[in-house]
Amino acid sequence: MHWLWLLPALVFVVVFLVYPVVDTIRLSFMNANSTAYVGFDNYAHTLTNSITQHALLNNVLWLTLFTFLAVGLGVILAVLTGRVRYESAAKAFIFIPMAISFVAAAVIWKFVYAYRPEGFTQIGLLNAAGTNLGLPPIAWLVDQKLPYTALTLPTPLHTNNFALVAVGVWMWTGFAMVILSAGLKGIPSEVIEAARVDGASEWQVFRRIILPILAPTIAVVATTLIIQALKKFDIVWVMTAGNYNTDVVATLMYKEMFNYRDFGIAGALAVILLLAIIPIMLVNIRRFRSQEESG
Amino acid sequence: MNIRGTQSSAGPQGFMATLKGLVSRLPLHAVIIIVALLWMTPAFGLLVSSFRPSTAVSSTGWWTAFQTPFDFTLQNYSSVLSQNGMARSFVNSLIISIPGTIIPILVAGFAAFAFAWMKFRGRDILFMFVVALLVVPIQMTLIPVLRLLTNINLVGSFPGIWLAHTAYGLPFCVFLLRNFFAQLPKELLESAYLDGASNLRVFFRLVLPLSVPAVASLAIFQFLWVWNDLLVALVYLQDPAKAPMTVTINNLVSSFGTQWQLLTAAAFISMILPLVIFLALQRYFVEGITAGAVKG
Repeated sequence: MHWLWLLPALVFVVVFLVYPVVDTIRLSFMNANSTAYVGFDNYAHTLTNSITQHALLNNVLWLTLFTFLAVGLGVILAVLTGRVRYESAAKAFIFIPMAISFVAAAVIWKFVYAYRPEGFTQIGLLNAAGTNLGLPPIAWLVDQKLPYTALTLPTPLHTNNFALVAVGVWMWTGFAMVILSAGLKGIPSEVIEAARVDGASEWQVFRRIILPILAPTIAVVATTLIIQALKKFDIVWVMTAGNYNTDVVATLMYKEMFNYRDFGIAGALAVILLLAIIPIMLVNIRRFRSQEESG
Repeated sequence: MNIRGTQSSAGPQGFMATLKGLVSRLPLHAVIIIVALLWMTPAFGLLVSSFRPSTAVSSTGWWTAFQTPFDFTLQNYSSVLSQNGMARSFVNSLIISIPGTIIPILVAGFAAFAFAWMKFRGRDILFMFVVALLVVPIQMTLIPVLRLLTNINLVGSFPGIWLAHTAYGLPFCVFLLRNFFAQLPKELLESAYLDGASNLRVFFRLVLPLSVPAVASLAIFQFLWVWNDLLVALVYLQDPAKAPMTVTINNLVSSFGTQWQLLTAAAFISMILPLVIFLALQRYFVEGITAGAVKG
């Protein structure tokens, strides 16, 4: 009897998730059109090729800088908005970008970053502000040099990568803020009041009481954002299509599949992605279970 | 820290205290308001530009639009809707998203009911296995699923993409619904069974109606996830006539990269429905998004 209830779901996950994972692992050990096994060649190629190395480094930038900024801003905004009466309105403004697609966000930000050569009217907000201050305009999505200098830092510390990460931060800070704000509400106000009565400064209260209590919630938010960072596709795809050294693993995999028709390399990239995600996801699943037990 | 109302009514000293409190809190208010405005500025620029004529958009910044003479138009919307196929794409997005929300929740609901209320060997292990599939990044499934859909002639068809979205949404839907169903009062279900109700009746008449809040949050998350998806549609729905808005906008970006009046109008059309859901159902919306963000 119970099998009848489980059957549709099990068929779906086996056909669309379990079988494809096994098959992709198999393809990653085969040549471009999957006619012969090539051992670890695809992995060797992926890890030694400069294009894929750049993509991996870009993913590392995403998962460090994007996560750090979204969590950091999320903590600050959660603490600050918690102290005013119009808290929910202020939070709504910051959370709204979560509702829209990465594609729409990409259009919004392409417009902010719009670039015209020096001497033309700038219609992008950022370059208009810059040229008003007498600075030269910058092609934010193309330039790899540090802004306003002739200095090029090693991959992935490029201006265009930073510009893309900023879009991700704009979208996900609201998520971090909402979760952290809920965590903050769970801290008993007596604890904080007691510290203040004892003469602790606001900074000490934040550093010594709020942050330690909030640490598990911060970890949860960070793991979620890291998974997002690893899978980043849409923002990069719509804004630069991976050009000018902005490729990440997911965009490169798409290109290997559809532009170069190399299913071996594409499979290897997918497996690398899965291997990176598994440990982080395990942490999250453990949290689910502990939440379930306590709740 | 807060200056309470009782203090402020206690004469001139109280008034001074209130004033002092206000002044000391001024930086706090300033920071919050500036950040909130800053956050909305890019989207506001998009909205303004979508109502400006093309010559104005390409020659001056959107912030100059508020000087007289005002020059706004609906032309951009009528041209993206008719000439660039955004009207068709809007309908396509609905055709993809509505079944893409209902089917996975229903299929997951059946399984979650079994996991929560039926006793059988290996139940918990099977449940953990389904939930563990959350780790699978969609990229990992693209090639085999594409080949499979090609073999059964479902590439470029709506049923093909419904099936894909159903499968991708299932692990999370099963997880969330099982946990919610398991918390329903045991006595209620037992007395229904004693009255001779069938499983099907208990599921549709008792379990689902009692789970409206969880189902609402889940439905909002799944709907937005499908509505905002680019990758799945790009790979499995290679027919431009069936393209959802995300794919159409992506094509507009590559072919009309500098026609900002069109891009901004198209992007705003795709944002309308999510924004309405956000404003109308904010609580369920936030719960759905925050619960669903862990989805792999």
